Formats: sequence, structure tokens, C-alpha cells
Amino acid sequence: MAGSLGLTTNGAVQPKAAAPISRDRLLLLSPALIAILVFLVTPLIFIITYSFLTPGTYGGVEWVFSTDAYVQFLFERDLFTEDLVFSNAYLSIYSRSALQAIVATVICLIIGFPTAYFIATRPVSQRTAWVFLITVPYWINLLIRTVSMLFIIRDEGPINHALIALGVTSEPIRMAYTDFGIALGLVYSYLPFMVLPIYASIERFDFRLMEAAYDLYSDRWTILRKIVLPITKPGIIAGSLLVFIPSLGSFIAPDLLGGGKNLMIGNLIALQFQGSRNWPFGSASAVILMTIVLIVLIIFARRRAQAAGH
Amino acid sequence: MTGRLKTWAAAAAVGLGAALAAGPAQAAGELKIYNWFDYLPQELIDKFSKKHDVAVTMDTYDSNETLLSRLKAGVKGYDVAVPGDYMVQIMISEELLERVEPNQLENFKYMKKELIDVYFDSGRHYSIPYQFGTTSFMVDTTVYDGDINTLAILFDPPEKLKGKINILKDVNDVLNAGLRYLGHPRCNDNPAHLKELNDLLVNAKANWLSFNSDGAKEVLVSGDAAVGMIWNGFGLRGRLEKGSLKYAYPKEGLTAWMDNLVVLKDAPNVENAKKFLNFMLHPENAAALTNFAMYTAGVTGTEPYLTKELASALELNPPDDAPQPEFVPPCDPKVVKFYDRIWTNLLK
Repeated sequence: MAGSLGLTTNGAVQPKAAAPISRDRLLLLSPALIAILVFLVTPLIFIITYSFLTPGTYGGVEWVFSTDAYVQFLFERDLFTEDLVFSNAYLSIYSRSALQAIVATVICLIIGFPTAYFIATRPVSQRTAWVFLITVPYWINLLIRTVSMLFIIRDEGPINHALIALGVTSEPIRMAYTDFGIALGLVYSYLPFMVLPIYASIERFDFRLMEAAYDLYSDRWTILRKIVLPITKPGIIAGSLLVFIPSLGSFIAPDLLGGGKNLMIGNLIALQFQGSRNWPFGSASAVILMTIVLIVLIIFARRRAQAAGH
Repeated sequence: MTGRLKTWAAAAAVGLGAALAAGPAQAAGELKIYNWFDYLPQELIDKFSKKHDVAVTMDTYDSNETLLSRLKAGVKGYDVAVPGDYMVQIMISEELLERVEPNQLENFKYMKKELIDVYFDSGRHYSIPYQFGTTSFMVDTTVYDGDINTLAILFDPPEKLKGKINILKDVNDVLNAGLRYLGHPRCNDNPAHLKELNDLLVNAKANWLSFNSDGAKEVLVSGDAAVGMIWNGFGLRGRLEKGSLKYAYPKEGLTAWMDNLVVLKDAPNVENAKKFLNFMLHPENAAALTNFAMYTAGVTGTEPYLTKELASALELNPPDDAPQPEFVPPCDPKVVKFYDRIWTNLLK
């Protein structure tokens, strides 16, 4: 509100030659910049600072510098001798989280690409309706959707009842409280993030290229590989990142659908601030997660820049 | 354009009217409660709200540790909370509680005398009892009909129960049960004992289904789990929904706990908070709470108001051969660090 008000007075009252453009731009950007500064950079400074402090016994921190939180990530003190020994406990949580996130991303891609292709090849008048349908689940809170999912896949849920009634199985198939449950939850939660960017890129795709390829005796597989995929690649990458990153840090799906039994990174961090009362280690875990995400993003950005350079 | 503006104005007016009519803005005072999930019946909130003209809001948590971490993280604005016994002691030492001298309240006379000089708040300068009970586990007797009064059900389960066990997401309840099963003392910093405990838990986890506190009743009633750690009153509520559940009194021992109503440091509405404490000490209200939560009240004179299920319930009336439930005071910081490490190691 204040930003837009400032824009009209400043921008209109002082019409200078070249300056207003950049000033307008700055003013228009300022709400976003301020939001990022206040709600992203400030907490980030807190998190990084806390990760180098000493944990208080009952939560909180003592203002004593320490790198223990980062040491703890790779080494643990032996219960008997207090010697530092290498421990893959946390690495295994991170690698399992990464694996779950990759599985979710791949499944989303397998389901999402044909869906997006289908929507993009409908008549223009129908496309909005299809995109609209994709967003319908999002009208309901994520927590409620995840709990509902639990009701559906549990041992006494409708899926298992149907399978038993049909004679497919005599004992219920365990889906709730397993890694399968987590993957299902992640795919269901983030599928639209895959569909929408791919849809956007296929929608812009010039289908005459395809006709040309057919005319040149190309088969369908080659067309997909040599024409469709390269052109829609930015959409695929964007969709994959949008699924992978939130999956990596997801909290609700592993807690509810995984039964809280196998921690993912998000649960590990939450645990440090609650049950384990080790805020510095929780902060360090978050910093490490952010670093990993940043590295993944940089790799993609560089590849893209290289691809654009060719 | 004007038509559109009119619509907006009308919508805004309706919204404003609704906000004004919705109660909170009209009441003279406010009270913000931070309580365990599913632990205070709406009828009591309404009754208090009406009697003292106070708008009541409530948020919930799922463990003493969550309560502590939220308050330590600087969450402000709550007036009263319901910490367990050992957590009251920690919160007093961390200066998170207001010393409101509940012993001066009018209805303090109804308190059970033996609950006044408790280890965590002797003389009751900070707290009054809310409900007390025990922590054990329940077994679905249609799945397993053998002897359930042993912690082996959790840590070395019979074949029929493997993979069907829900565990409370509570470091102390789980580790104390493990220490009892091994026959080692609580608040233990003996490395050999802890190593043994760690191995026991890690091996037992292979047979467990999930870690869940707020769904502890639901997971049993739905049949997802055939064994579930649970608090006695919550378990009784579960049994009333599913009759085949049975509360165990393991021979190795079980935890006794007492939740307490406290006023938080710098509470915005201290006077209303004290009124609420006084209100909850009245036998009729304490009984209404007990009929809902189904544990045991800390005041006398509730009997005439209690429902008949409570009088005979196994969950509230241990058999003669059951062990004496044991309160576990907070352990010293060194032990807490060990426990946290074992707990994290278990959950990874």
C-alpha cells in the first residue's frame, strides 16, 4: 500500500528524463526486496549465527562460539570414551531424503509430462478448464489432504478393503507408515508443480516442427528425443526443481504417512528444536540443507548458461 | 465501476459485521490457553467464558518438550499452560512461570491434601493439579490373548504383534520404559546401561509400526496398531470406542504423571488466568474435565458428578497385583544429553 502510494507521488510529480525508469523500477521492486530482506535474510542470519553457538540444556543457546554442531554432523562422541568416531547417521538421513525426493521427482515427471502434453494439445478453449482442474486439490489444506491419504491407504482403509474383497490379497497390504506411503504423499503433494511448468513450455511448442520431422521420415521416438524434449527442457528442469526441493525438506508426509519412524531432513531439524533441544545442531542441519539445494541450483544454472552459449 | 465499488463495500461491511458479532471483540476480557491436544471440553470453555465474560482461545501441543521449546523460542501471549510434573520443575528453574500463589485461591480448599506438597512445587506456589494418571500401553485382545502385563510386549513382542506397535513420540516415556524392562534405574548416566538401552531400542524398532502421540488412540481404534503406548484416560476413551482394547500394568513398572495448570511468566491476562485456576479447582468443573479427559482429578468432592464408567474402569483402578506407578523427576543435564542422543539415534 505504502509502496504504491509512494510510486504515484514520486513518479508523477518529478518527471525527469532517464531517472524515473530506474526509480520506478526500484519502487516497484521495493516491496519484494523488503520482504526478502526481512523474512528471508534476517532469519538466515539468525540460523547461521545459532549454528555456531553452544546448546542450552533446556533449549535455546548459550553465547559461546562452537563448531560442534558441524562436527556432530559427521562424527559422534562415543558413549564410553568420548572419542570422536565417524558416524554416517545424519548422512544416511540426508541421502535417504535425497533418494525419496528423487523418486518423487521421477514419478511426478512420468505422470506429469503426459498430463501436461495432453492439456497443451487440447483446443485453446478447453485448456483453462484442464489447468483449473489441476489446481482443485490445492483448495484444501495440505495437512488435511495428507491425513485423508492416510485414511485411504491404511490397513483398514478402502483400498485394502477393496483388494481383499476382490480376492487380490488375503492380508492387507501395508502402505501406510512405510517409505511407499511417503513417496505417495510427496507425489500427490507436488505433482501440479511438475505439470504446470511443463504445460507452459509445451504450449509454446511449435507443432509444425513435428510435422516437418514426420515429413522427413522421423519416427515418434526420435521426434520426442530430438525435438520435443530439448525444446521443453526448461519446463522439465523447472518442474523437477519445484518438486525436488520441497520434497527434500518435506515434513508432513514423512511424519504422518511414514509414521514418524524414518526421519527425513525436515523431521530431523524439527526434532532438534523440540525433543532433542539442540538448536545449534538444528540450525547447522538447515544450513547444510540450504547449501545442498544451492549447489544443485548452481549446477543447473551453469548447465543452462552453457546450453544457451552454444 | 461504481457498481463494483458498491459490491466491495457491501462485502467489507458484511465481513466487518461478522467480525464484530463473532464474540471475542465483545467480551470484557481475554484468556489464552496453551494446552495438550484434546484435553479440555468445549462446555467448560463456554461455561468459564460466560461466567466471567472472558473470550477464551486455545492452542494445543503434543508433548512437554514441544511446550518448552515454543516458550524458549520466545512465543508470547499465552496466559496458562498445562505442563507435566517434571516440566513444572524445569519451567520454574527456567523462570518461565509466574508465581501466582494458587494456594491463596478461594477454591484451593478442595485440593486433595496429599497433592499439595509435591516434589516439583511444594506448597503449590505456581501450579494446581489438572489431571493425573499413568503411562503404559494397550493391547487389542482379539489379536493377542496372552499375558500383556509385561514390557516384553513392546521390546520383545510375540510374533502376532510384530509390526503392529505404536510408540509415543516422547523421549522420557520411551526411555524410561526401556530402562524398566532392562531393570536399570531411571535418570541413568551409566554408559554401560545406556549402551544396553540404545541396543534394546534400536532392535525393538524393527518391530514397531509408528511413533505417534496425538494419534495414539486413533491408531488403536482404527486397527492399524494392535499395541499402542498410551496414557490411561486416553486409553479408556479408546476402549469405549473399541471394547477389545486392554490397558496393561506391566510387572516391570509404569510411569505416573501429573499435569498441572500454571500461569506463564508475563501473561497478558494474569487476573483472568487466576480466575481460570480457581474455576478449574471447583469440584463440579474438575469433574466435567475428568468426565471428558477420563484421568483422575486433583480435587475432592468430584464423585457425585462423575460418570459411572470411570468408577469401575480398569484404566483408572489398577488391580491389586499391579506395581506402584512411579513419578520420574527431571534428570540432570548430563543425563538429558545422553537421552537426547539415544532418542535421535533411534528416530533416524
